[in-house]
Amino acid sequence: MAMTIHVDIVSAEGEIFSGLAEMVYAPAVMGEVGIAPRHTPLVTRLKPGEVRVDLGDNKEMQHFYVSGGILEVQPHVVTVLADTAIRATDLDEAAAEEAKRRAEDAMADRSAEFEYAKAQAELAEAVAQLRAIERIRKGKRT
Amino acid sequence: MAGAKEIRTQIASIKNTSKITKAMEMVAASKMRKAQNRMAATRPYADKMRNVIGHLFHAHPEYKHTFMIEREVKRVGYIIVSSDRGLCGGLNNNLFRKLFKEMKELRDSGTEVDFCTIGNKALGFFSRFGGNIVSQATHLGDAPHIEDLIGTVKVMLDAYAEGKIDRIYIAYNNFVNTMTQSPSVEQLVPIPPKEVEELKHHWDYIYEPDSKDVLDNLLGRYVESLVYQAVVENGACEQSARMVAMKSASDNAGELINELQLIYNKARQAAITQEISEIVGGAAAV
Repeated sequence: MAMTIHVDIVSAEGEIFSGLAEMVYAPAVMGEVGIAPRHTPLVTRLKPGEVRVDLGDNKEMQHFYVSGGILEVQPHVVTVLADTAIRATDLDEAAAEEAKRRAEDAMADRSAEFEYAKAQAELAEAVAQLRAIERIRKGKRT
Repeated sequence: MAGAKEIRTQIASIKNTSKITKAMEMVAASKMRKAQNRMAATRPYADKMRNVIGHLFHAHPEYKHTFMIEREVKRVGYIIVSSDRGLCGGLNNNLFRKLFKEMKELRDSGTEVDFCTIGNKALGFFSRFGGNIVSQATHLGDAPHIEDLIGTVKVMLDAYAEGKIDRIYIAYNNFVNTMTQSPSVEQLVPIPPKEVEELKHHWDYIYEPDSKDVLDNLLGRYVESLVYQAVVENGACEQSARMVAMKSASDNAGELINELQLIYNKARQAAITQEISEIVGGAAAV
């Protein structure tokens, strides 16, 4: 049997693949890399693309799409820390802006709510006054 | 027999309520199982990442990332994970109470506090409390996705990197078992060194493009994955707390119905007795 290497593909939301393989291909930022058993330790960032796992023994090649992540190679273990989300600096920036804006909106809403409560209190007071006046008028008439 | 009809409608309404609570209990039970599975699924990622980070630190002890450096604490950030919906017992309140106590101590010692809230309940509570909320995320649903959290967490991490805040904590409910959830507050950044120092042997890597770039990426993602884990765990807590709360509500409703049924039967009996004695009395008079 040919030499094999243990491959783990995990994302933050769950494990995607775990098993032995003869070769792993991954889309690293500097170009695609192929990892065979006893590859020297390596850590690299991945760009969006396809991770292929060659199981050997005429088994079908396994394909996994990753939208980025990190590849770590130890002498007998390959780990792909896959992103499930598409990551880019400006996209992240936009998401952060969005989160900030939502917080500000929520804070603004609070003041709106407060004003609503105040208006409601004022309305109740006015209604009570009106009722009192009506009662006085009725009392005068009879 | 004036009260009988009222009692009957009351029994009917309590029965309806108990039907709802029972249904909610069952829904929560099935959701809880799913949430627990999800919780287990997030572990390997964080474990693997911790492993890689551990190796990196052993290989490069001289390079200190900002996320690893302890600073004097003048302002702290809290990422607060809560549920979106209520009816889950004291889950959120226990957490908020614990936080409140810590915050009071911090304020007394002159430390400012910023918040980042996840979930409706935390947002409502801390905006009323008058905290400075810098970012928020709500409506994550039963199966939260990490992309919904990236922005929210990034606001905090950016503030840390710029030196606006000196420490970030995460507050969430820890899932002990179905009956027990314990509110916990943990330090997120700077990353406590003990978490990355448990390695037997280590080696250096080849880095592409370079070590700094890789490390920056890794640490950001590591923090995100911890937050994600907390959110998922809190979700499991929410469901189990709701299940327990709804179970006790259904039990209470059952007790209430029994009591009312007894009162109703007594009233009915009394009415019948009275009617009979009236008839007998009437017959005797004739």
